[in-house]
Amino acid sequence: MAERSFEVSRLPGFATVAIAVFVLLYLPILTLVVFSFNSGPSIAVWQGWSLHWYTDAWNNEAVKGATIRSLIIATAASAVATSVATMAALGTTRRAAFGGQTFIYVVINQPLMVPEIVTAVALLILFGVVKQATGYQGLGYLILAHAAFCTPFAYLPIRARLEGMDLSLETAACDLYANPWQTFRHVTLPLLAPGIAAGAMLAFVISLDDVVITEFVKSGGQDTLPTYMLGQMRRAITPEVNAISTALLGLTVVLLTLFFILTRKKN
Amino acid sequence: MTQKVAITAQNVVKAFGQGAAAVRALDDVSVDIATGEFFTLLGPSGCGKTTLLRLIAGFEMPTAGKILIDGADVTEMPPNRRPVNTVFQSYALFPHLTVAENIGFGLKMQGRPKAEVAATTTEMLALVKLDAMADRKISQLSGGQQQRVALARALAPRPKVLLLDEPLSALDLKLRKKMQVELKRLQTETGITFVFVTHDQEEALTMSDRIAVMSAGKIQQIGAPREIYTRPVNRFVASFVGETNFLPVTATPQGARLSTGDVIAAEGEGSVLIVRPEQLRLGPAGVGAGLAAKVTGVVYFGTDIHVNLSLADGTALTARVPSPVDGGADFATGQDVAVTFQPGAARLIRE
Ligand SMILES: Nc1ncnc2c1ncn2[C@@H]1O[C@H](COP(=O)(O)OP(=O)(O)OP(=O)(O)O)[C@@H](O)[C@H]1O
Ligand SMILES: [Mg+2]
Repeated sequence: MAERSFEVSRLPGFATVAIAVFVLLYLPILTLVVFSFNSGPSIAVWQGWSLHWYTDAWNNEAVKGATIRSLIIATAASAVATSVATMAALGTTRRAAFGGQTFIYVVINQPLMVPEIVTAVALLILFGVVKQATGYQGLGYLILAHAAFCTPFAYLPIRARLEGMDLSLETAACDLYANPWQTFRHVTLPLLAPGIAAGAMLAFVISLDDVVITEFVKSGGQDTLPTYMLGQMRRAITPEVNAISTALLGLTVVLLTLFFILTRKKN
Repeated sequence: MTQKVAITAQNVVKAFGQGAAAVRALDDVSVDIATGEFFTLLGPSGCGKTTLLRLIAGFEMPTAGKILIDGADVTEMPPNRRPVNTVFQSYALFPHLTVAENIGFGLKMQGRPKAEVAATTTEMLALVKLDAMADRKISQLSGGQQQRVALARALAPRPKVLLLDEPLSALDLKLRKKMQVELKRLQTETGITFVFVTHDQEEALTMSDRIAVMSAGKIQQIGAPREIYTRPVNRFVASFVGETNFLPVTATPQGARLSTGDVIAAEGEGSVLIVRPEQLRLGPAGVGAGLAAKVTGVVYFGTDIHVNLSLADGTALTARVPSPVDGGADFATGQDVAVTFQPGAARLIRE
């Protein structure tokens, strides 16, 4: 029989489209990276190699402040998000199915479905009220907001890992005199660790990258790297932005590589 | 003399699901398992063997009834507080721990001193002959070795009762035979009560002190292997344990009357006469007593020959006779023979 299963790669023009997509995806990034090394002040006219935009960015107090703020928020938010996600994943997989499970699933993943701008406005209004009432102006609002939208990203790899884990191991621990806490500490947690680390990393990257919610929620002087860059774009654009982006890209690539190593299926 | 009872199940019912869709995995099961006994639960797939083990271990709560360990009601007690350990069918060994850490897990959770954990682990490794493998990861072991780690892990805390859920079913025949001997040796050496689950009747007969034959959530019969084999109480037990000829009979004052009209002396009561194939004797037709039968087929098994027979009215029967020394045929299809029963071999049972 000459009939074959449908293979998308055999469609006419497939190669052209594929190449076009790759160029579209990676050419801008390549340009960005290349021009971060431009010695001149333009992001479009090449004037020779230099690292001075990196040193400029490094010595720029505003950039330094934004970087530190970004890292604090991403660390704190991913820690909160990962803890919440771990508990949620345990609660939704390590027990008999219960009524309302789908509902809980939807609640946890709500940030993935509701448009970000809606969440941003909602948080702006809510935090406005809280700021009025308490007078607190710190980074707490940003950390909470980031933790909220990072939770589903942390939840997914943890849940995937848990679902692949044999419940009989926990049963065996319980049979061998481990109380529920010991079972969690000595069996569930060590086996779940790669999932938790992967979730934390994904949450960290997502937090690091956020613009919309941060832009709405931040108070004056609370710029993160992305919102700082956005601010810069409104004025003159220099390759300094390229340099910061390239550094951010590097960090993201490292974290995502770790993420894929951690979630890789062993066979 | 009354023996000490290790485990008691009192009218245990376990239903899964609700209402009309509910499955009665156990239906009014009562059993006493004596201390130090090798007790086997034998039955076909889905009859509730695992469920009964899980209730004893505490992983499941009975819908009704009670579980007692050493006379104390443990029905509500969580598994980690019961002096009972399980060897799981899938082994359920901890993949992130070494062989030694797996074996020491129970003792560590009990909070025993480090030195004691180490000493017992070493002792257990020797007991299951895995001394050389102490620091290996579980994934680096063969199936038979994993099986022994599972056994050592469950034995290390010296439980009062060891529950074994088809622990040998994943092994090949040869290893299986070897492990049967090992298990029996461990049980005798440690004196721990073993509750062993299998659906292999030969395994049950060779290893057990007593067997409970189960079917559809009920215990059909409890007894020593010989008792189960020679005096099954009903058709299910008779057919599940060994091979049996079933002959419908009607009771008469002289004995059980077969459909052919022949009357046979038989113990027991009921409307079915059973006789094991190896307890039939075949003689030349027309000489002396015996049921007239025709040979319908001969199957050579090496150690013995199965002779398929048909009585005068067409009732089918199988006899098992020793192989002739020279391997030649004793019986030919179509031959007429006289079938006699060994004294006491025929028994009457209820349906
Ligand atoms: N958690 C459960 N939920 C619903 N039904 C169950 C559950 N566990 C067992 N059952 C049902 O209870 C019955 C007995 O199951 P059990 O596992 O005890 O059988 P078994 O004798 O161990 O069989 P096997 O030899 O196949 O292991 C089966 O009909 C099974 O489908
Ligand atoms: Mg079973």
